[in-house]
Amino acid sequence: MVYENPDGVKIGLEVHVQLNKLKTKLFCGCSTDYHNDEPNTHVCPVCLGLPGSLPVINERAVEFAIRIGLALSCEIVEQTQFHRKNYYYPDLPKGFQTTQYDYPIASKGKVIIEGEDGERVIRITRAHMEEDPGRLQHIGTIEKSKGTLINYNRSGMTLIEIVSEPDMRSPKEARRYLDKLRSILDYLDVFNGDLEGAMRVDANVSVFGGERVEIKNISSFKGAERALLYEIMRQKNHVRRGGEIVMETRHFDEARGVTISMRTKEAEHDYRYFPEPDLVPLRVAERAPEIQKALPELPDARRERFLRQYEMSNMHARALTNEIKVADFYEDVAGKVNPKDAAVWVADILRGELNYRDLGIDAFAAKDIVTIIELVTENRITEQSGVEVIRTILDHGGKPQDIVKDKGLLKVEDDIVAKAVKEAIAENPEAVTDYLGGKEKSLNFVVGKVMQKTKGRADAREVRERLVKDLNDQS
Amino acid sequence: MVTWTDISGIKQKIAESSAEEVTASYLEKIGKSCINGFVRTWDRALEVAKAIDAGDQEGPLAGVPIAIKDNISTTGLSTTCSSKILQGYVPPYDAHVIGKLRDAGAVILGKTNMDEFAMGTSTESSYYGATLNPWDTDRVPGGSSGGSAAVVAAGEAPVSLGSDTGGSVRCPAAFCGVVGLKPTYGCISRYGLISYANSLEQIGPLATCVADIAALMDVIAGHDHRDSTSINRENNYSEALKDDVNGLKIGVPEEYFGEGIDEGVEKAVWDAIGKYEDMGASWKKISMPHTKYALASYYIIAMSEASSNLARFDGTRYGFRADGDNWHVMASNTRAEGFGDEVKRRILLGTYALSAGYHDRYYLKALKVRTLVKQDFDRALSEVDVLMGPTMPTPAFKIGEKIDDPLSLYLADVNTVPVNLAGVPSISVPCGFSEGMPVGLQIIGKHFDENTIIRAAYSFEQNTAHHTRRPREVV
Repeated sequence: MVYENPDGVKIGLEVHVQLNKLKTKLFCGCSTDYHNDEPNTHVCPVCLGLPGSLPVINERAVEFAIRIGLALSCEIVEQTQFHRKNYYYPDLPKGFQTTQYDYPIASKGKVIIEGEDGERVIRITRAHMEEDPGRLQHIGTIEKSKGTLINYNRSGMTLIEIVSEPDMRSPKEARRYLDKLRSILDYLDVFNGDLEGAMRVDANVSVFGGERVEIKNISSFKGAERALLYEIMRQKNHVRRGGEIVMETRHFDEARGVTISMRTKEAEHDYRYFPEPDLVPLRVAERAPEIQKALPELPDARRERFLRQYEMSNMHARALTNEIKVADFYEDVAGKVNPKDAAVWVADILRGELNYRDLGIDAFAAKDIVTIIELVTENRITEQSGVEVIRTILDHGGKPQDIVKDKGLLKVEDDIVAKAVKEAIAENPEAVTDYLGGKEKSLNFVVGKVMQKTKGRADAREVRERLVKDLNDQS
Repeated sequence: MVTWTDISGIKQKIAESSAEEVTASYLEKIGKSCINGFVRTWDRALEVAKAIDAGDQEGPLAGVPIAIKDNISTTGLSTTCSSKILQGYVPPYDAHVIGKLRDAGAVILGKTNMDEFAMGTSTESSYYGATLNPWDTDRVPGGSSGGSAAVVAAGEAPVSLGSDTGGSVRCPAAFCGVVGLKPTYGCISRYGLISYANSLEQIGPLATCVADIAALMDVIAGHDHRDSTSINRENNYSEALKDDVNGLKIGVPEEYFGEGIDEGVEKAVWDAIGKYEDMGASWKKISMPHTKYALASYYIIAMSEASSNLARFDGTRYGFRADGDNWHVMASNTRAEGFGDEVKRRILLGTYALSAGYHDRYYLKALKVRTLVKQDFDRALSEVDVLMGPTMPTPAFKIGEKIDDPLSLYLADVNTVPVNLAGVPSISVPCGFSEGMPVGLQIIGKHFDENTIIRAAYSFEQNTAHHTRRPREVV
């Protein structure tokens, strides 16, 4: 089925990724591990833009950027260069941002997502490096602020800005793209997406082939989806009422779930880009082959391999490879139990329980799920009991064996007895008929047969009760 | 007559008395000065000198007093670029060259006056008022390192550091009858030098004799990882102090004797070239056809870079802050009140040259011209070993004579700016007098071939007596 895109929605995303797994900032030796520290404690003359300070490129950041470019199937430019983007803002200590302009480190790439109607290619325009500004903390709201504090700890952090073509046709596709991007970046081990501000999204959206509107201040993937839903609705309503969409920048108000106009195109800045004289151009294409070789297996490749190697369903393969931690977890488990069983238990059951509790895969130990799967496949507990063990571990902690014991989940005795009882009834119709005819003693004969079958492990009184119950049910 | 003491003389004095006494005598002289060369002295200078006497600090410049231009960052000693906007700014770090000087045992006397943010040729645009030329106090000392040249000429410091963006070391050296070197771009770390035009400027030494220039270069030159444009290249400058120009090939660019050149200057320079011939060198006229475009190219590039470099002075983090109801008004008022007219003029022109629609016509074109000017030098210096001509087309002009006519001031830089565009080294040495004022001979060399121009300058000094003339004591 082909997706019609009835409103002609076009969405392009600009995603800022903070490479917080680098140990130092982009142009100075300041530590990037500031998230739990006091404001303005991870600063130096360079990231504070003190007069006379000069930037020095972090070579590892360049390597990370190439790694990202390659993972997004981009071309790596022969020689890259930094430019100054000039504008005044208090969070920008130099009065310009050091960024890349006409020689971005990577360009012309692609990301494949699960679109509205199957696989869809989202083209990547470019990925470039730049420095993060400091952070303003308004006392009150941005519109009615009584004062502002500036924290420069973030100033000079390495950002990669990934710009897509307007290839997404719905907020859902935008969300899928963001999830996929996050998945790829996780695999590359270049950032910790859980830290505040690790991924920031600006969205461009248009409907019916009209002008595009840029939405800023989106702070989460869920927020991106909501902002786009609102903005598409706003544009559609505006057009329906005979209005015209103008090119503008709008601010997303997360609390109210609406976008607010910030400035129109005429008021856009002239950034007066020019090459940063304090940094020399960098030859980067020559470094790409080496980095390509060391690139880890990425989500798409891993999914393909899971399909082949473990013969699982496409749905399971996707669910198990989105997050690198889940994929690693699965492979750990699949090495110890039947991989197909492992796929069901990890992809369907465990992930469902984790999602319900908003927990990551880290919250569960691989050896515990192995134990549970073994218990189920050896028929010692039921599947339902397996789920109960998972829930108990997540909610209260503990070891699978102990929980099974404490909760009396072991079905070993029970099952064997039940089976033996059934068999004994079927195999001894005469004794059964006698018993049902009133010969109480005939029951002892059948109990003896059950005891034989269970090699004496069954409790004779329980056997007798069960027999009586089964025979009564039967008659 | 003013007493000039070179570094060897200082060392002798220290041996006879003490570093403390030597420093104290300079501080006393500075205290009585009426040329306004220093904008502030360092209150710890005597303490450092005492430590040297106590043997706590050794080094090639142990106890040698030195004056530092007010745009080179010094920990604990206010550094203001002679601007109101940096009033009260005390750098928390040392420029690379300052660290080198301290390690070598030099005693920093204080900071010297300059054109505000090094933008000028006369040191009249300083927030602290003009510096007077010790040879004639009605005249300017040249600029922008006017203070650094004047204090050496007046015997208030044996040596000093300046910075040269378009002639700012060589011009005042010529006007004040001292020696000044602009090293090859990348020779000395700019870390801590408050930027005016990053792609053009270098820190340079000023002294009464060539030997002291070499001695300072031996201390301050060399690679610094904090400046990405600094080159890793070992050199011993003092080894070049040889009285030998036998076989030296000199090129004399016709264009350096253009319209408006002072007759006395022209004569002094040709006499000097004749002297070189007597000493065994040969010379020929050479053409540098793009010289006439150099000035326009230089000013566009310098102003463009300046407009961005000076954006950080917004009153938010350091220095002068004006009042204002919100940040934008405060920043705007700070800049309106904090910058002088020439600085504002250059920021405005630079902003204009980089603006959308003008960028290609001005900035980009200026870069292309810069390449052509470089090619002039490459061609010329492939034919000869050094180029010679007048440093300045005229001797020092009168205070107030040109300050209201920026264009005529800019024109005075015609022979010095091509050198900065090309990045080659150049030294100015005293070569005679015109109207009783010193005349400077400019000797330009190949990239990183400081030693040849130092040797040429030293040989000239050994065979002439110009440098033995002193200004009268000014009181």
